[in-house]
Amino acid sequence: MSLLTPTVKVCSWTQELDNPASLATYVAHGGYQALRRIVTEKVSGDDIIAELKTSALRGRGGAGFPTGLKWSFMPRAFPGDKYIVCNSDEGEPGTFKDRDILRYNPHQLIEGMAIAGYVLGAKVGYNYIHGEIFEIYQIFERALEEARAAGYLGDNLFGTDFCFQLHAHHGYGAYICGEETALLESIEGKKGQPRFKPPFPASFGLYGKPTTINNTETLASVPWIMQHGGQAFLELGKPNNGGAKLFSVSGHVNKPGNYEVGLGTPFSELLEMAGGVRNGHKLKAVIPGGSSAPVLPGHVMMDCTMDFDSIAKAGSMLGSGAVIVMDETTCMVRALERLSYFYFEESCGQCTPCREGTGWMYRVIHRIEHGQGRAEDLDLLNSVASRIGGHTICALGDAAAMPVQSFLKHFGDEFAYHVEHKRCMV
Amino acid sequence: MAKLHIEIDGKALEVESGDTIMDAANQVGIPIPHFCYHKKLSIAANCRMCLVQVEKAPKPLPACATPVTDGMKVYTRSDYAIQAQKSVMEFLLINHPLDCPICDQGGECTLQDLAVGYGGSSSRYQEIKRVVREKNLGPLIATDMTRCIHCSRCVRFGQEIAGVMELGMAGRGEHTEVMPFLETQVASELSGNVIDLCPVGALTSKPFRYTARPWELNRRPSISPHDSLGSNIEVHVKDNKVMRVLPRENEDVNECWLSDRDRFSYEGLNTPERLTWPMIKQNGQWVETDWQTALQFVADKLKTFAPEDMGALSTPYRTAEELFLLQKLMRGMGSGNVDHRLRWSDFSLDDKARGGFWLGMPVTYMSRLNRMLVVGSNLRKDHPLMAHRIRESVRWYGELNLINAHEDEFLGKVHAKRIVAPSQLAAALAGVCVALAEQKGQPVPPLAAQGVADDIARKMAASISSGETRAVFLGNMAQHHPAYAQIHALAQEVAKLAGASFGVLGEAANSVGAMAVGAVPHHGPLRADAVKGRNAAEMLARPLKAYLLLAVEAELDTHDPVTAMKSIEGAEFVVVMSPYKGKSLDYADVLLPIAPWTETSGTFINTEGRVQSFGAVVKPLGETRPAWKVLRVLGNLLGLAGFEYNDSKEVLRDALGDTPTGNVQAYLCNEVAGVESMPVPQGSALERVAEVPIYQTDAVVRRSPSLQMTLDAALPVARMHSRLIAKLGLAENGRVSVRQTASALTLKVERDDHLPDNCIRVPSGHPLTANLGPMFGPITAEPV
Repeated sequence: MSLLTPTVKVCSWTQELDNPASLATYVAHGGYQALRRIVTEKVSGDDIIAELKTSALRGRGGAGFPTGLKWSFMPRAFPGDKYIVCNSDEGEPGTFKDRDILRYNPHQLIEGMAIAGYVLGAKVGYNYIHGEIFEIYQIFERALEEARAAGYLGDNLFGTDFCFQLHAHHGYGAYICGEETALLESIEGKKGQPRFKPPFPASFGLYGKPTTINNTETLASVPWIMQHGGQAFLELGKPNNGGAKLFSVSGHVNKPGNYEVGLGTPFSELLEMAGGVRNGHKLKAVIPGGSSAPVLPGHVMMDCTMDFDSIAKAGSMLGSGAVIVMDETTCMVRALERLSYFYFEESCGQCTPCREGTGWMYRVIHRIEHGQGRAEDLDLLNSVASRIGGHTICALGDAAAMPVQSFLKHFGDEFAYHVEHKRCMV
Repeated sequence: MAKLHIEIDGKALEVESGDTIMDAANQVGIPIPHFCYHKKLSIAANCRMCLVQVEKAPKPLPACATPVTDGMKVYTRSDYAIQAQKSVMEFLLINHPLDCPICDQGGECTLQDLAVGYGGSSSRYQEIKRVVREKNLGPLIATDMTRCIHCSRCVRFGQEIAGVMELGMAGRGEHTEVMPFLETQVASELSGNVIDLCPVGALTSKPFRYTARPWELNRRPSISPHDSLGSNIEVHVKDNKVMRVLPRENEDVNECWLSDRDRFSYEGLNTPERLTWPMIKQNGQWVETDWQTALQFVADKLKTFAPEDMGALSTPYRTAEELFLLQKLMRGMGSGNVDHRLRWSDFSLDDKARGGFWLGMPVTYMSRLNRMLVVGSNLRKDHPLMAHRIRESVRWYGELNLINAHEDEFLGKVHAKRIVAPSQLAAALAGVCVALAEQKGQPVPPLAAQGVADDIARKMAASISSGETRAVFLGNMAQHHPAYAQIHALAQEVAKLAGASFGVLGEAANSVGAMAVGAVPHHGPLRADAVKGRNAAEMLARPLKAYLLLAVEAELDTHDPVTAMKSIEGAEFVVVMSPYKGKSLDYADVLLPIAPWTETSGTFINTEGRVQSFGAVVKPLGETRPAWKVLRVLGNLLGLAGFEYNDSKEVLRDALGDTPTGNVQAYLCNEVAGVESMPVPQGSALERVAEVPIYQTDAVVRRSPSLQMTLDAALPVARMHSRLIAKLGLAENGRVSVRQTASALTLKVERDDHLPDNCIRVPSGHPLTANLGPMFGPITAEPV
């Protein structure tokens, strides 16, 4: 495996090597070649963005926004400071892919960020790493030291006038800091609370300067695309869903873990790679894209392929690619109670619907789970969820509302059973 | 700016690019419900109450934060918008106590009002409600934090207006709480504004709390009688008693703000110390009497003195009408001994000035100055809201330069500062003058010949002569200074060289008014020729036989209380006209109860020359009478001509003509000529630095119990540099005996490393320090 072979392992190819995180390993396998070529040959930013657009690389953090398009929003000619920020604040329940990139392949991210800095005219970048994975933060800091010492970061790279400084910054574990503007506030040393938009970070970002924020996996995919071309990347996946993606498969499977497959791979194949449903149980439900994505019944999922469009068509989101598998023994009320508690706990408290509504939903679900449900509770939950969704500053409100609505939609009978019989049906 | 065409609720309108939907709706008077939005604060968009429907938008958008775009169609009352607004209201109410009848905000609560329109008739929330621990924010602000809806207005006010973030949002999610960091009380001199800003009953006025309901109150307009801004206020009255004071919005004066002094001083009106009957001292005993007897007694007695043996003193906190009649009375009797500048010590500009000193510009300009030099001012405490305007200028990248004898936190960026002993203030200004002359290639003005330009002076000079709008201001301390003429003339030279506007930050509510109506010994109203006489310092230094004191508390209101008290106590006849008894019980012969500003009509002229008349808001207490009426009758009893006024408007017309505003504007002028250079004073081994504490400025404030409990009203201490503490063999927080001209005084030592090495800072105007001596000059200290 190496960065030089265009395999489907875009970000995870180093995992089978010795010392995967070291600079020596990365360079020996073709690392930093793309950066060197781009910087020394002065490849135009427009060409690189065009290549990204060809690749159909879409944001790997959850929203799936086309990366080439995002980069083109940046006022690249704007004189003065601009920033590139990597969002490694991976805190969504079910998601654990970015930490593996940082642990096993930090230099590919560094190279991707340097290329982004080159294209976007940013001389400084930040990588904001989730606070609960401190060991990963240390690994990344070591990788930064190596890259600086070897002249891949710093001033006048490769003897040109291109300068790029990259800093790691670790948060303290707040989920909300994964929201891009809350992340910016947190880097600035303020309380991590989302900003209202507009203005968008591309015009008013970190320290009020134009800023582009991408997910770890997105930026780490850039060197691969630069190495092999956008078309090759696109062909790993399917139209409009270019490339391969890491899926964090967890829950009731025999072999939970990260699996990098081309977008468009059938869910059944991914499930098989993860060893199938544990102990031969039947598949009941799947949350295909991290805890905030709507849950889908197992049979619906079995007909899906793992890409943005197919999952969206089925009524959920590919999100960050965190696939949470639930088998027939799962109590959906209990599962939702746990999810609701998470959003209740992680609401930043800034805006009204989320601050007040997440606690309300959690308390009602908690009552239902504990045999104190009332007949009107299901309608109430639906109503409260709909009143949070779309009314908040950031997407956390929607993220809290969607699980509730989808669980009630697909598994309403279980909730009704709970309310009526004061106990679980499974 | 390009004009955009939009439509709100079917109404087409044209708005500026950059406006928000809220701005646009306000233009056409379409109300959009909101809590966190406030026109003077930054946009937070956190309450979500102002969600509206925008055509083509996938979800409802907050009107306060959404910029309009051309062709935008907004619906604020569509089912879609109302549904969003009702949703938010339900969330706001689920954890909010629904006990409006026992909440102090009830009746003037935005949440209560909007809940009528957007709330349900019963709550769907059946779970346990949130309870939040109370916070101690000091003596002015009461809390009921369970009622907080987290709109963050109070937090933003601290950051953006008061200049200090004393309140913050701690915690997350449902556990978010507004709290004072470090568990200290809120000490900003503008803190009371958070009470107005709080849309619910979370922050309420501690003195007012539970004393009245808003619908029981009569709201009457008035003008605040304290600092020289002349804040517009609304006095709330119940049963002929002032219950509270709120700001009355005037964008040109106080905007929508009020300083704590203006807001809470009213408590001093209702104290038992009020004088309610005319009283005459007979054989050392005070006897209550009627007005006729008292005034006849005063008139008969005054007739026995030669004009040059009588003097009248007033504070600059009285109305223009009263001050006019006071000087008219004295001059009618043939005496020019009348003055209001009780804290001044250098009157040598009286024959060198061309008019009354004033701000030199409208107050509003202070918010958009590029370059400022402020000399000898305790800005925040002397002029709380003008300091806010200067902070606003600084936030807009203005540069503030300070020359002062102490360095209290300004709460904004200071470009350059020079902290010198009071005796060196003029020399410091001369240095800036020399630097400016150097930079401009102009001759050094003779007055500044001895100035020395160093790096700081050059930095200040470069700053004050650049930028588009520039101003030099003199503060209260400069005006009280024994070398005020020098300082004023040098500041004028600096302003001239720098091409800056030059202004004097008026000392008190009616400093400009008192000058304009001729309550000074060197001219009559509007500089008319009149009998000349002695100034305040002369009247007190060389004792007179009879004193007529208008609301003067001589031991607190004068430059040198020791000398003043000696003269007054030694006088044959002292008439005190005052709303309060106070110490005058000891030295007065007659006490005449006069109305404080709430009980009389009158006029204050603020530091920009704005003539602001007001009416009485309550009836006079007991036998109290408006002072203008008392003086009018006294004039009649003395047989003086021209005292036949029917109301205070006639008095004002007599004083300032038919067009008071125009006449006052024509009278105002900061220019002085003929000030001669003086050698730089040596200064003394130890100098006193004295300011009047914010809550000791006048008789009403001194009697406001709540203000007297604030940190700003703490007992005076002796502040000095740690080097001086060591040199004198004192201990920090230990005790020191300080002495000026009279008796020694023992004070606590506090370290203040921002003071010059040879200065001891002891406030003036405080009962504890009244026996010390003048506000400036030598002071000695020894360990106790």
